[in-house]
Amino acid sequence: MNNPYPRSEEGKNILYSSFTERPKHLDPAQSYSSNEATFTGQIYEPPFQYHYLKRPYTLVPLTAAEMPTPIYLDAKGERLKETDPAEQVAFSVYEMKIRPGIRYQPHPAFAQDEQGRNLYHDLGPKELSKISILSDFTQTGSRELTADDYVYQIKRLAHPKIQSPIYGFMSEYIVGLKELAATLQQAQQKAGREAFLDLREYPLMGVEVVDRYTYRIKIIGKYPQFIYWLAMPFFAPVPHEADRFYSQPGLIEKNITLDWYPIGTGPYMLTVNNPNRQMVLERNPNFHGETYPSEGEPGDQAAGLLADAGKPLPFIDKVVFSLEKEDVPAWNKFLQGYYDASGISSDAFDKAVRISGTGDAELSDEMKEKGIRLVTSVETSTFYLGFNMLDPVVGGKSESARKLRQAIGIAVDEEESIAIFRNGRGIAMQSPIPPGIFGYTEGEAGINRYVYDWVNGRPQRKSIEVARQLLAEAGYPDGRDAKTGQPLVLNFDTTGTGPEAKAGFDWMRKQFEKLNIQLVIRNTDYNRFQDKMLKGTEQIFQWGWNADYPDPENFLFLLYGPNVKAGKGGENATNYENPEFDRLFEKMKNMENTPERKAIIDQMVEIIRRDAPWASGFHPKQFGLYHAWYRKAKPNLMANNTLKYARIDPALRARQRQAWNKPVWWPVALLVGVLVIGTLPAVATYRRKERGIPR
Amino acid sequence: MTGYLIRRILYAIPILIGVNLLTFVLFFVVNTPDNMARMHLGMKRVNQEAIDKWKAEHGYDKPLLFNPAAEGAGKFTQTIFFEKSVKLFVFDFGRADDGREIGVDIRQRMWPSLAIAVPALIVGLLIDITLAMLVAFFRATYIDYWAVIVAVAMMSISSLFYIIGGQFLFSKVLRLVPISGYGSGLTAIKFIILPVVIGLVAGIGSGLRWYRTIFLEEIGKEYVRTARAKGLSELRVLFGHVLRNALIPILTGVVVLIPLLFLGSLLTESFFGIPGLGSYTIDAINSQDFAIVRAMVFLGSVLYIIGLILTDISYTIADPRVRLS
Repeated sequence: MNNPYPRSEEGKNILYSSFTERPKHLDPAQSYSSNEATFTGQIYEPPFQYHYLKRPYTLVPLTAAEMPTPIYLDAKGERLKETDPAEQVAFSVYEMKIRPGIRYQPHPAFAQDEQGRNLYHDLGPKELSKISILSDFTQTGSRELTADDYVYQIKRLAHPKIQSPIYGFMSEYIVGLKELAATLQQAQQKAGREAFLDLREYPLMGVEVVDRYTYRIKIIGKYPQFIYWLAMPFFAPVPHEADRFYSQPGLIEKNITLDWYPIGTGPYMLTVNNPNRQMVLERNPNFHGETYPSEGEPGDQAAGLLADAGKPLPFIDKVVFSLEKEDVPAWNKFLQGYYDASGISSDAFDKAVRISGTGDAELSDEMKEKGIRLVTSVETSTFYLGFNMLDPVVGGKSESARKLRQAIGIAVDEEESIAIFRNGRGIAMQSPIPPGIFGYTEGEAGINRYVYDWVNGRPQRKSIEVARQLLAEAGYPDGRDAKTGQPLVLNFDTTGTGPEAKAGFDWMRKQFEKLNIQLVIRNTDYNRFQDKMLKGTEQIFQWGWNADYPDPENFLFLLYGPNVKAGKGGENATNYENPEFDRLFEKMKNMENTPERKAIIDQMVEIIRRDAPWASGFHPKQFGLYHAWYRKAKPNLMANNTLKYARIDPALRARQRQAWNKPVWWPVALLVGVLVIGTLPAVATYRRKERGIPR
Repeated sequence: MTGYLIRRILYAIPILIGVNLLTFVLFFVVNTPDNMARMHLGMKRVNQEAIDKWKAEHGYDKPLLFNPAAEGAGKFTQTIFFEKSVKLFVFDFGRADDGREIGVDIRQRMWPSLAIAVPALIVGLLIDITLAMLVAFFRATYIDYWAVIVAVAMMSISSLFYIIGGQFLFSKVLRLVPISGYGSGLTAIKFIILPVVIGLVAGIGSGLRWYRTIFLEEIGKEYVRTARAKGLSELRVLFGHVLRNALIPILTGVVVLIPLLFLGSLLTESFFGIPGLGSYTIDAINSQDFAIVRAMVFLGSVLYIIGLILTDISYTIADPRVRLS
């Protein structure tokens, strides 16, 4: 009775999941959030993807026939050798060959009449009056994916009406993107705000179609990480027919846009899009076919992760995502078997997981009885407590400021914070690079010697006495300025509301009190906080970064001098500048993952540890719960198209749901009985009153 | 009455302009167009060029209220305030900052809100009035005493408790209804039963006390004594005479609410996953979508004004002595 899904879906090969916030954008040129990638990743197919099982993360072809080898050119256009210095590289050229025979999902944008004319590209008021949602179109069509579609999408990044978040960044690399943006801007102004611009008519200097299945991208300089961008939906194909179809004002007025109804070649297509309630992905009947990988990393075979090797993907026919804004109903539905997998909210953590004496997480008895599995993985993210290096007290390159930062780094007990505020879901940071990314060092060799000692086979935070000593050497013995005698007062710039934030502020204050430093919490709203960061007027703050791609460059660039945030809007939030670090960064970013590169990364990490622009930090740990009917899954934190590998046992799920959700009626009958009996005295009183019988 | 209504509608125009101006000023005191752009573009890799492009595309690249660079009336019309506000008066809400047509969203989302709010209002009114009438009938007895105590206790409990408690009891323990979700057509019924029941139970305390007070005041009047003296049964006195005469204060509280039912309930919709208008405004505030905030505040003001006018009209129906002039 409490089943939220239609009876007709019982026993079917459908995966049930939830989402907490409606996606803002499903247009691959605009979408950049992970909650949007949950959908776009299954629909759009860029040329490359991450191997599902291999670690470290490895790119493999998706629609491409093979991985490209970049060609390097000097300023005169002469071809360079791969070994030539990066400074000589003026341009890099990537040539992508896509596989023939890949077809788009059925879509009205492709529907044609017998003469080959598009049926729905010039809709009149009469036709529009019958349309409310995309599925109201009765005819659909499809066509083969071509190189043109990839080039079309790259041009869309520069379209004035599409605010692509990566346009500014990509315009620094893709040859001619900036010029194309200016041309399109002028063309749009000339043609009118609502007019459709057919991007095929506007050439993009650095991107060309070589033949039906081949295209080239020319970028400025050497940027080896560019290949990772080609595995993101930003570089997925968009057919010009879709752009033309969705540009019709009559459809835009009905919210039928590419931003809302994606069109792709992937294993799934979005058939229901009511992001206020439910979004449904269904198997794309035109999917080109792909098989489950037959190789992975050591241990995958034993873990049963290769049991499906060679089997056709996707396994699931349909995926139903329901909007769940609150944790409580989402969690209860998971326990009732109405969601196949779940994260764990803080409120539910104690019911679901026990942390053993050794710090390992294991499921509670209730979860074990239900056959639920726990899968954990450290996210490719880093969250840190940073210092504004422009600040006269905590910033700067002086020995005194450096020791002050190091002292605070020891005092702020990140392990305690993880235990209290994250239920142990995280690991304390030893360097900006999280586990799973090249450059991360395990074990004793990987610890931050300025903050930790290696004791009994694990890192142990240095004692507070060491921090006090450093503080004294910094000129603040016992938390007072040695020259003036005034107490040291620092400011923590933050944004947060509610009891949890308050507890966090109190905890942070206590960490500084260990050194007798007075911490002032400058709590403000999100916008003011962002303004402070952009102006560089903050002092101490918390910040974070989720990896765009699995390369150390994507983390170490957070401390690269030219990327400072204050005044330039870059991602270096601490405004840290160190010429030696910058020099090593420029060398490292263009290298392959070799021992030489690792050695440079180690040097860079050592500089960061010594200068301590980041006091402390952590890499979050993801806890996922899976029901027994959900086949073993391997977390892949870089790939966003992993739904095709998911598999369930619908028969087992149906049995379990039935066993767990038998309705209980007797309390309702009891309640009705109590109410009836309870009214009897009132009825008697009424009758007495009516009859005028005195009490 | 026609003249009265026209006058009331004309009075509404400056009120709506004032509400719109106030919303605009309050919103932009805490959010700049740059903040809005950053919120929509995300924080990663966004440069000033992208922000400027977003503002130009969404019409936030002009001065807020006064444009000194423009000529003549353009000083006021070529501003964000004028360009974003003037169309509201013909109910053209325009597009949200994420590009969606607000009017379409409102039309879609008002039905789930109504599906919960209308039964909750009607059934709630019937239950509250009936219970209040019975308690008034048993005035000064132990039933009245206990009813008031229970009502006060029920009023004191947070609506969040009713929601979470109701979900726990009926969905988790008794497994009688889905804990959250929504369906289209008749399938929606199983999803709205629980929120409606919880809405009714949560409202009984305050409703009972409010209507009891009204009825007790009415019961003390002379026409009630006359009715009783004529030998009418107490039920007839209460439901035939007291209720009719108590309609004016009841209508004052109820009719004004009717148009606002469209706007839904934030908490209920959020916890039950109902895709109504209740959470639409809060979502918009969280995502700094001024277009939706402005549209919803404007719509709320219009509906409130309509509610007040309907209340006036309902007086003339409930009490023929009332004349609108």
